[in-house]
Amino acid sequence: MSELDQQVDHNEHEHHIVSPVVYLTIVLALLVGTGLTVWASYIDLGEWHIAPGLTLFWNPVVALAIACTKMTLVVLFFMHVKYSTRLTKLTVVCGLFTFLALVGMTMTDYFSRAWGRW
Amino acid sequence: MSDSTAISNSAAADVGHSHHGEHPPYQRHHFETVEQQADTTNFAMWLFLLTEVMFFGGLFTAYMIMRNWYYPAFVEASHQLNIGWGSANTAVLILSSFTMAMGVWSAEMRKKGMLVLFLSLTFILGLAFLGIKSIEYHEKWVKHHVPGLHWSDASFLNPASDPEVHKDYPGDKPLQSDMAEKTQMYFFLYFAMTGMHALHMIIGISILGFMIVRARAGAYTTGHVNYVENFGLYWHFVDIIWIFLFPLLYLISRH
Repeated sequence: MSELDQQVDHNEHEHHIVSPVVYLTIVLALLVGTGLTVWASYIDLGEWHIAPGLTLFWNPVVALAIACTKMTLVVLFFMHVKYSTRLTKLTVVCGLFTFLALVGMTMTDYFSRAWGRW
Repeated sequence: MSDSTAISNSAAADVGHSHHGEHPPYQRHHFETVEQQADTTNFAMWLFLLTEVMFFGGLFTAYMIMRNWYYPAFVEASHQLNIGWGSANTAVLILSSFTMAMGVWSAEMRKKGMLVLFLSLTFILGLAFLGIKSIEYHEKWVKHHVPGLHWSDASFLNPASDPEVHKDYPGDKPLQSDMAEKTQMYFFLYFAMTGMHALHMIIGISILGFMIVRARAGAYTTGHVNYVENFGLYWHFVDIIWIFLFPLLYLISRH
């Protein structure tokens, strides 16, 4: 781990040029992901009744999971975060965390306003 | 974000040395080294993108809450969107992200012709996206689905009155008038989110036009790729927004 870290530190200030082969692989994966999410939307994936009045539909869950995977590929490879400095990596993760915290806390509020009166 | 200048390659070879007077002309004086300048502008670009995440995050959150409140209205309203156009636009935008990434690679490899080619392809794909989007907007206008401006509840009060959509979604029941009017909230968010996204595309395409002119004059291919690279981050970010808009607006309400 520490050896790898040192290597990363050493390479941090060398400009990493990502090969077109990587870009081509990623764009193909993104197009496959798009086809997959459209295909999945035509199938009824059912639902999960967690509690009375509280239901989780699987279609949106699958669609968002595919979208998150596509986003990760774009961020890591097209946006070079995989090859970026630790500062950039930390910035991206902090941004994602803040976004999820803000959305998550807003949703807990809306979700619990009418608790038990569904 | 500093712009690049057409310079000779010998100046670029000086990268890494900070002796006063010996740095390449594109290195600003307040930076110790070219690497520091590149890291700093990259960091700044990411901070800008995080503010954009917060901005679009508000819209996504509003969509999530409203969809839960007015679920039947959101489901039937989203059936008005054409999955074919939406999928085509997703593919166009993903391809434009690929050509943009290849543009950055061309700049890094100092291939001027390739850079101009890939920037131009990105420009054209960006315009294609807006073209498809305008076909969809036009259809919304024709069908009176522009809330507050050109609006009619007919498709939702009586789904059979809209045979094109009804044949694909025969299970859609007529909505009560109070729920039917909530479809306006769906279309309001549809126009707000895709409109804001389209505005980002228009800004991106304008900057691309500027970059194509500069690249043809020899900029960006002399070792200074910051500008192209940081613009690439913006373009890929706009792509990511669409990667989420597409399933949320077009796909998840089919079932």
